Amino acid sequence: MTLRDLIDKLLGRQAASASTARQRLQLVLAHDRSDLNPELLEQMRREILEVVSRYVEIDLDEGDVSLETEDRVTALVANLPIKRARTTPLPASAAPA
Amino acid sequence: MSRTILICSGKGGVGKTTLTANLGIALARQGSSTAVLDADFGLRNLDLLLGLENRIVYTAQEVLAESCRLEQALVRHKQEPNLSLLPAGNPRMLEWLTPDDMQKIVGLLEDRFDFVLIDCPAGIEDGFKNAAAASKEAIVVTTPEVSAVRDADRVIGLLQTRAIEPIQLVLNRVRPRMMANQEMLAVSDVTDILALPLLGLVVEDEQVIVSTNRGEPLTLNGSRSPAGLAYNNVARRLRGEEVPIVDPSKEPQGMRAKLSRLMQTKIF
Ligand SMILES: Nc1ncnc2c1ncn2[C@@H]1O[C@H](COP(=O)(O)OP(=O)(O)OP(=O)(O)O)[C@@H](O)[C@H]1O
Ligand SMILES: [Mg+2]
Repeated sequence: MTLRDLIDKLLGRQAASASTARQRLQLVLAHDRSDLNPELLEQMRREILEVVSRYVEIDLDEGDVSLETEDRVTALVANLPIKRARTTPLPASAAPA
Repeated sequence: MSRTILICSGKGGVGKTTLTANLGIALARQGSSTAVLDADFGLRNLDLLLGLENRIVYTAQEVLAESCRLEQALVRHKQEPNLSLLPAGNPRMLEWLTPDDMQKIVGLLEDRFDFVLIDCPAGIEDGFKNAAAASKEAIVVTTPEVSAVRDADRVIGLLQTRAIEPIQLVLNRVRPRMMANQEMLAVSDVTDILALPLLGLVVEDEQVIVSTNRGEPLTLNGSRSPAGLAYNNVARRLRGEEVPIVDPSKEPQGMRAKLSRLMQTKIF
């Protein structure tokens, strides 16, 4: 965020268009580069959460799986707060979605 | 060793042909024998920008068909004889030209010139693929606009899978005032997002249009116009000279500019 962005925000003004452009580009490029469409990404997110929650109890509301891009490298970043570990993993079918 | 450089962009109309013409003349003037190849067979324009449209007899098409020698098809620039154009053939070439054909033409040029610049068509279809197949290095041209940057990113990905190296960036049609007011992507935004080294920065300049009207690239007459200087600097950097890049949106321009620079300070 730049000083101008901050002042715009404080005054309730629309942010300068360059920072909007930057943010929109970063998002669209993360998807372009990974060639994953939003639906596929959502499906993968659900499945990852399913698998992980068989081993540990996770906070599903706080859980987040997203694509992040830096220096032309796109990474799949999962942030899954763990409530507690399970002593034995749940069977594949019984996992809470 | 000859250097073959693809000049491409993805998005159309961002300044590929203008860069090819000006860079070709600048390299030639600086002492490198240079060929420019119009690979935009569908919508050829490089001849026009160089003022050579009336001197075309044969084209790349006849060279490939071996109905003429390369020397016969090359159009040598009168004022800058170190520069030659190999014109694009008939638009129907698009239907049959293969990457092998393109490599053959470029191979012939590489035997005779220090630099071979390929003016690539817009898009990422066959025209681009053929031209990329014959190239070793690339210059990606973009403007500081979301659509151009996005398309440039696509093209960069394709170039990287073809192991084209180095890939360098020319940022064209920069409007310093809009940039200083943060109503245009900053130079660093574009270089960060695309993660390419910046080879040149060309401002929006009316003289580009004037020179196009005349068919005389800005670099031909040592024009001191901002774009002319920028194209010359791109040529010098390509030839290995260290020429610093000045960001025109950060140049001192009095109180207003100082204030707008302050406003650009990243606070977090
Ligand atoms: N720095 C500049 N300042 C002002 N006008 C410019 C600048 N660069 C390019 N132009 C103008 O932009 C237009 C498109 O330029 P040019 O034909 O070089 O683009 P291109 O990328 O080759 O297009 P195409 O994709 O159709 O081949 C032209 O009218 C040209 O004069
Ligand atoms: Mg063109």
